[in-house]
Amino acid sequence: MEFEPVLTRNLGVPNIGDLKVYQSRGGYEALRQALASPRNELKQTVKDSGLRGRGGAGFFAGVKWDFLPADHPGPFYLVVNFDESEPGTFKDRYLCDIDPHQILEGVIVTAYINRIDTAYIFIRGEFHHQAEVLQRTIKQAYKEGLLGKNILSSDYSLECVLHRGAGAYICGEETGMLEALEGKRGWPRLKPPYPAVAGAFGQPTVINNVETLCCVPPIIQRGADWFKSMGTKKSTGPKLYGISGHVNRPGVVELPLGVPCRELIEKHAGGVRDSKRCKGVIPGGVSMGVLTRDELDCPLDFEGPPRYGCMGLGTAGVIVMDEDTCMVTALRNIVRFFAHESCGQCTGCREGSGWMLQILNRLLGGQGRGRDLELLLDLADAQGMAPGKTICGLSDGTAWAARTFINKYRSEFEAKVSTRDRVAV
Amino acid sequence: MVWQAETRQAPLTPPEEPALDDKLRRQIRAMFKQYPTKRAVLLPALHRIQQQHRCLSPQALAEVAELLELSPAEVMDTASFYDMYSTTPRGRHVIGVCESLSCELCGGGELLTALRDKLGVEPGQTTADGKFTLITMQCLGACDFAPAVLIDETLYKCVTTEQLDEILGALD
Repeated sequence: MEFEPVLTRNLGVPNIGDLKVYQSRGGYEALRQALASPRNELKQTVKDSGLRGRGGAGFFAGVKWDFLPADHPGPFYLVVNFDESEPGTFKDRYLCDIDPHQILEGVIVTAYINRIDTAYIFIRGEFHHQAEVLQRTIKQAYKEGLLGKNILSSDYSLECVLHRGAGAYICGEETGMLEALEGKRGWPRLKPPYPAVAGAFGQPTVINNVETLCCVPPIIQRGADWFKSMGTKKSTGPKLYGISGHVNRPGVVELPLGVPCRELIEKHAGGVRDSKRCKGVIPGGVSMGVLTRDELDCPLDFEGPPRYGCMGLGTAGVIVMDEDTCMVTALRNIVRFFAHESCGQCTGCREGSGWMLQILNRLLGGQGRGRDLELLLDLADAQGMAPGKTICGLSDGTAWAARTFINKYRSEFEAKVSTRDRVAV
Repeated sequence: MVWQAETRQAPLTPPEEPALDDKLRRQIRAMFKQYPTKRAVLLPALHRIQQQHRCLSPQALAEVAELLELSPAEVMDTASFYDMYSTTPRGRHVIGVCESLSCELCGGGELLTALRDKLGVEPGQTTADGKFTLITMQCLGACDFAPAVLIDETLYKCVTTEQLDEILGALD
């Protein structure tokens, strides 16, 4: 069956950023429908659809909403995670580029379902153009009664504020984002309490990724079964895949979840450029680890990459590396990123990533020592949230990248150890 | 006694002119109604100040602290955390070269080297004429247009070293 695009349905429609054009394409009909329906039913539909968060963790969106305390008098906040900063990821920016009103409709419908009083769209600071576009979109929506008091003459009111970040990857971590929103440094909070109980300004808060929110209006309109007809049993619906690196046609493509990595590269990105062979592929942003060229049958859904030793699907930002790529240099790039972006709260991450960077620099400078690879793996094991060593998951990225790169391309790393220091085992 | 430190530092003489003009103050105050706390206005306020002054001076930080009912230390705490804020003056144009993996794979490193040579400065430095500041940036979220360069607020996509002269020449 031919896949019918959902999130990219308005791709290429002239002036789609204009409210009238978006409405002529059926825009804000889902909102109208939602405002006339009981909240519980809407939430149940989203839960039944199996919609999982598109920001990296893949947690069930409807279940997340359920954690909001039912007896709380308010206010409730929605914080929209548009802090897309994971290297290799540009799908939310793309959504804003091709169809900004779609984002806003997702925000308003989700806000209505969860009785939200104010929605803050947290956009990363470097997205100057997109912030301008969204600001315009919000203004238009206020003018037409889609935001503000009594939306579309219903008794529901919502304020929406665009909040720009200031250049910190850690603010993509949801509690780091809340701190930044509150005017503080983006230091992730200890959990519990989770944001659903005590989030922004101490109030119950829902935090969802832009792409997740964009899935909500189509689910409301077309039902859970329709959504589940796409993708796999545990990973339902359409997904935006971002492809970059050594491919002929880098870009974003929308496909049902579960597309094999090879098909994505060969069929949808024009294959590896300059007719070279593929050497490795990062399946979902640099924190997820790496797939070798023998592992390209990996289905890109929430369950696929973990079966190949990767952390997960992440943001589905796929980076392709050709046969000439030096994997030690590639890992150095990734570790440099995490060392730079560590917020500095936890020792394992702050110091560990810096040490790892030094060791990788040493290896690349021809000064690698015999124990360096083990040292790198030890340092990787000393950080990360998965074994409970850091407050947030940032350094899990460092650890998974290091582990998979070193284990899967071990000989290449060993070759970097200085011959003087190579020990026969 | 040692903890009575007030005499150790000469009192700051208030500057003749405030760093933040009335318009900027009005703009900052206008944002108060969007958030439940005044402190939440800090990031947007710093963005506006930096856009106008091209850096965050100690005087501006102290004044924004007063506006938001914070201590200057709290403002400094936040301002020093984020990459986009600069407490030292930058050039008229800030050239940010993306260093992410996708950009590096597609020639971002060569681009940075070429810019270093052309401008005669290292990342973090400003040219002697005060025109350009060269910086490296973490992923710009433009991997489909690698290698990407952000100059002030404009994204330059798929930049080649050959295009650099033209791009730099077009900036006044």
